[in-house]
Amino acid sequence: MNAPVPNAAPRDPTVEPAAGAMLTVRIRRDDGFQTFTLARRPAQTILDVVTAIQREQDPTLAYRFACRVGMCGSCAMMVNGRPRWTCRTRVAAVAEGDALTLEPLRNLPVVKDLAVDMEPFFTKWTAAHGAFEPGETPLGDFAVVAPDSPERRAVDAGIECINCGVCYAACDVVSWNPDYLGPAALNRAWTLINDVRDQGREARLDAVSGDAGCQSCHTHMSCTEHCPKALAPTFAIAGLKRETARTALRRFGARHFRRSA
Amino acid sequence: MSAGTQSAPLPRRGAARPRAGFAAALLHRLSGIALALFLPMHFIALGTALQGADRLESFLGLTHNGFVRAAEWGLVSALALHMVLGLRVLAIEWFATRERTALIVSACVAAGLAVGLLFLLGGA
Repeated sequence: MNAPVPNAAPRDPTVEPAAGAMLTVRIRRDDGFQTFTLARRPAQTILDVVTAIQREQDPTLAYRFACRVGMCGSCAMMVNGRPRWTCRTRVAAVAEGDALTLEPLRNLPVVKDLAVDMEPFFTKWTAAHGAFEPGETPLGDFAVVAPDSPERRAVDAGIECINCGVCYAACDVVSWNPDYLGPAALNRAWTLINDVRDQGREARLDAVSGDAGCQSCHTHMSCTEHCPKALAPTFAIAGLKRETARTALRRFGARHFRRSA
Repeated sequence: MSAGTQSAPLPRRGAARPRAGFAAALLHRLSGIALALFLPMHFIALGTALQGADRLESFLGLTHNGFVRAAEWGLVSALALHMVLGLRVLAIEWFATRERTALIVSACVAAGLAVGLLFLLGGA
């Protein structure tokens, strides 16, 4: 289920539980919290826990996963109040006195038990113009992008996002303003703003500069703190703030100070 | 192993735990509101000078009571706190500072309170 545990360190307290140790798991379900008890195991992950509960105690428990190795981004849920990938989170690292509380991701509608509806997340991703825009007439030749150019570096910093929704669940602004586009969508927009091949820059800047856009970010850094890929959507949003402000000034100047031909 | 047992529901799903970034934003907002509320009183005080020195002096006489002194200390602390937390936001957004959020926020709060303390020690 997880990376192999080397035999050389069998007593690592973050991997190996005491013999016979039990785990108490509170899971939020449709009608409140339900408590389960199961045995601790070496290198046990949160995903192992919900899988064991579903297989051995309650087959009606709903949760979502696919790859089990931190690639697909589908297994995220709230673990003791923090959004995490369950496949890459070991019980020993987060259990509080042999107890866990599992809840569905914050800021998203619940489908059943621990499975949430990701549609609002991806709707906002689209609303932020998250798709590459090649333009009506494709470029005549390949774009030459120097690996160490500032634009390419900015893209590199955010391109590894796999849309797991952890940042969206961690964001306080989303919980206050359900229309707020959220860190993942804005991070995606920032990577495309810095893509020299993209032809949708102006429309994308308009899309991310409304009331629900980048200027609403309060810089709590929750998204950056919780991102399992160690990305920094806060800095992408800061880049969008600078770029939208610069574009607004340029448009203002063009409207009021441009000489008529 | 035991079968699942029902227990009472907890309030509000996924209630956020207090975090340093949230605390910084809250303090920044509250100190900003305090400063905004102070500004009209500041302008009223300045405005009395237009009606002569005596009028200004009599108005300033009102500020010698203990409550206003305590409020002045709070105001100076709020001003310092607002400034350092603003510098923190600029450091994050312009220079991509991401490490040690809790330490930096704690240092900001300490700096704000230290300025307030200096104000008190300065014989306010």
